[in-house]
Amino acid sequence: MIKLLQVSKTFNAGKPNAFTALKEVDLNLDGNKVVIFKGPSGSGKTTLLSIIGCMARPTSGRIFLNGREITSLPERFAAQTRRNTFGFVFQNYNLVRGLSVLENTMLPAYPSGRRYRLIKQRALELLEKLRIDAKAQLKVEYLSGGEQQRTAIARALINDPELIIADEPTAHLDTELSAAFLDIVSTLKEENKTVLIASHDPLVFESPVADRVVSLRDGMVIDQGISL
Amino acid sequence: MRWLERQRCFMDFTLSSLGRRKRKNFALIAVYVLIVFMLCSVIFFTNALRRQAETLLDDAPEMIVQRMMAGRQELIPIDYGDKIKSIRGVRSVEPRLWGYYFHPANRTNYTLLASSEAAYGDQSIEVGQGVLRTWQADSEGKLYFRAYDGEALALKVSKAFDAATDLVSSDLIVMTEPTFRRLTGMPDGFATDLSVQIRNERECAIIAEKIASTLPGARPILRQEIIRTYSSLFGWRSGYMIVLLSGAILAFFIFAWDKATGLSAAEKTEIGILKGIGWDSSDILVMKFWEGTIISLTAFLLGVIGAYLHVFLASAPLFEHALKGWSILYPSFQLQPEVNLYQLAVLLFLTVVPYTLVTIVPIWRVSVMDPDVVMRQG
Repeated sequence: MIKLLQVSKTFNAGKPNAFTALKEVDLNLDGNKVVIFKGPSGSGKTTLLSIIGCMARPTSGRIFLNGREITSLPERFAAQTRRNTFGFVFQNYNLVRGLSVLENTMLPAYPSGRRYRLIKQRALELLEKLRIDAKAQLKVEYLSGGEQQRTAIARALINDPELIIADEPTAHLDTELSAAFLDIVSTLKEENKTVLIASHDPLVFESPVADRVVSLRDGMVIDQGISL
Repeated sequence: MRWLERQRCFMDFTLSSLGRRKRKNFALIAVYVLIVFMLCSVIFFTNALRRQAETLLDDAPEMIVQRMMAGRQELIPIDYGDKIKSIRGVRSVEPRLWGYYFHPANRTNYTLLASSEAAYGDQSIEVGQGVLRTWQADSEGKLYFRAYDGEALALKVSKAFDAATDLVSSDLIVMTEPTFRRLTGMPDGFATDLSVQIRNERECAIIAEKIASTLPGARPILRQEIIRTYSSLFGWRSGYMIVLLSGAILAFFIFAWDKATGLSAAEKTEIGILKGIGWDSSDILVMKFWEGTIISLTAFLLGVIGAYLHVFLASAPLFEHALKGWSILYPSFQLQPEVNLYQLAVLLFLTVVPYTLVTIVPIWRVSVMDPDVVMRQG
């Protein structure tokens, strides 16, 4: 499904503070699997997910999604790919403050041109499925950490993407809420979604829900992982 | 259809966004409304005055002929009229008798006019509303004058002019010709000026030239010149007001620039989030375009409605003294609503468009940043 060939990423290239976050990464990721990227801080997990998710361009190397090259798409097409193919759950959830749970969930679908009524209906269904529908009209700043994460997951699913990308999803959660998150991941897997998670939380990369664990260190893949 | 749905979604988000920053947006709209209100009031007021003057002058004669001596206006012999009438194209010539009367107690100048059509006797007069306001008539409705030779003259007010004509009739006192000559001492055979009716208005300039060459010392004044004078008078006054307001307008744009372009860290983060979840730069610009349009259009509409009420319902109390009246008697009258759509469109263009552009440019700079920045916040 996703293929990376010799992908490198250097920030501030040519300047004294240049920093290479990824070094010649080769990777093949199959669809309908849960893949965990593990490694210490600064190992390149987030950069790798950003590049796969069309949020940043690699300095060198090529990336293919379902056989189509997405290495250096123009901004408009990169945004379209992000919107239609990927759903993102950010580390601190990145919900828009001042808006309700429902409005936050609907946001990624606004530029799609779908009918407002249908977007709202889909958002309400997702919130119900994630058991947060009772708080649909509540502003997100009044939610607990777990509720914020479920809102972020609902938002990631609004456009029914093939791939979900989650960056350190359990960083701000206790054990019980982390387990609840993994249950949701398990459900997504049953729905044939591909889930890519960056985490250094053992609860995540040791979880039975993971199909493959890829280890990174210093911007390099040190273990391609094994199918569990 | 998809385009419409997109715009509807962006509008929905924009309205929710505006609601989140109530204080900032309220302050911005309040100042914006005030500026549009002031500018629009000046425009409405000047146009209504100009229109009213033009309507009144529609019935005026095509030409007035005065006699000049040593650069000053002199009385004109009525028999000049016969020479003017003999010029081809002139329909009729009427002598006009008018002048001013100073009332020492009121310290006010009134305009006197003799009318040949007066249906009342030599002891009666017609007066404007301003005369009634300032010059108290006695219990019998009489006004007391002092004639040119010091004799007292009591004239009864038989009728007052309608307030709608107050712009030109406020200080007017109309009487018969004999009463006028008795009061002012104007000798028989002379008039203040001559009003000339012309068959074809396009011939006015030629006839005026002929009058000037036939009667040395005569000064023909065309109706078009009077209309032009009124127009420039009101135009000059409104221009003066707008120059005074330009400081306020400049201050507003500095204020708007600061408010609209000073993106907070939270707003920048928000743009990053929107990009991260699949919006592209043009989506964000469209959303901000709607935000600017909603604010500026709301302010424009409120300002225009406020100006309309201020000028046409309340008679522009804020600056009527600067824009109307040129003597001690300020006319009091209700202006007829007169809205010039072209000028409104220009005002709309000059207020809504710059503001919207001012808000979009800095957003554009932020919106082209890479969305991966948002991945690194946490």
